[in-house]
Amino acid sequence: MNRDDLLRELTALDFVAVDLNLYLNTHPMDCEAIQEFNRVIHKAGQLRDMYEKAYGPLTANRSSECPWQWFEDPWPWQSCFNFYLPREECR
Amino acid sequence: MWMYEKKLEYPIKIKHPNPKMAKAIITQYGGPDGELAASLRYLSQRFSMVTPQARATLNDIGTEELAHLEMVGTMVRQLTEKASIDQIKAAGMDAYYADHDKAVYPVNAAGVPFTAAYIQSKGDPVTDLTEDMAAEQKARSTYEWLINLADDPDVIEPLKFLREREVVHFQRFGEALVIVQDFLNRKHAWAVKLPCD
Repeated sequence: MNRDDLLRELTALDFVAVDLNLYLNTHPMDCEAIQEFNRVIHKAGQLRDMYEKAYGPLTANRSSECPWQWFEDPWPWQSCFNFYLPREECR
Repeated sequence: MWMYEKKLEYPIKIKHPNPKMAKAIITQYGGPDGELAASLRYLSQRFSMVTPQARATLNDIGTEELAHLEMVGTMVRQLTEKASIDQIKAAGMDAYYADHDKAVYPVNAAGVPFTAAYIQSKGDPVTDLTEDMAAEQKARSTYEWLINLADDPDVIEPLKFLREREVVHFQRFGEALVIVQDFLNRKHAWAVKLPCD
């Protein structure tokens, strides 16, 4: 997977985790949803490791090579950081 | 505490500068129904919230709002960064430019700076959650008006994502309110004192 594909996939999985997190806060007995949450977290963790190994740390609490890697561009608000999503043509 | 993650919740990659659109979108950064107000409101209210479900709901939605604040700031920056002075003047953004250049500063669409008076933290869990449900609806409406103003799919797609999150948050706050009301009713019936409550 190239950087854009990896980041796209990780962003999608992390979003599912955020949404399930909110759902489970008010549905704590939904064991099926918890199982899905656990599956998504596990898969996202694997992709996060792959991404960080290739493109640098996503959080500052990672071991770093020398020189310090954390501050390296791009940052998320820079447009070159981001990727295009496939979408329907505008009607 | 918080940990920063170096990515957006939803990607933003805007090709064409549009300071006029930036001037409208910035209201979701520093306006009355914006993401800064939302995050401060929920993250402040959580300290006095009752029930683990409602505390977690405020904590986690408040946290997601910080990610949305970053998304809105990113949109404003990308819409203005490469705009020419002529474009800025034509967009009526010259007053903002005089004070902030192309920096991102929390104001509403009319340029009024952010104020904590936009939010409340009342100490009554039913009052606070009811305010939060209204806040989510107000933010949803604002995103709809912004989508009406936008004509660039690079801008419309993230706005649609943010609008959908308001709908989900409204639903979760509604569920939390039911849980809190149930809890308050039970407490009065049996006078049970729970640990940490």
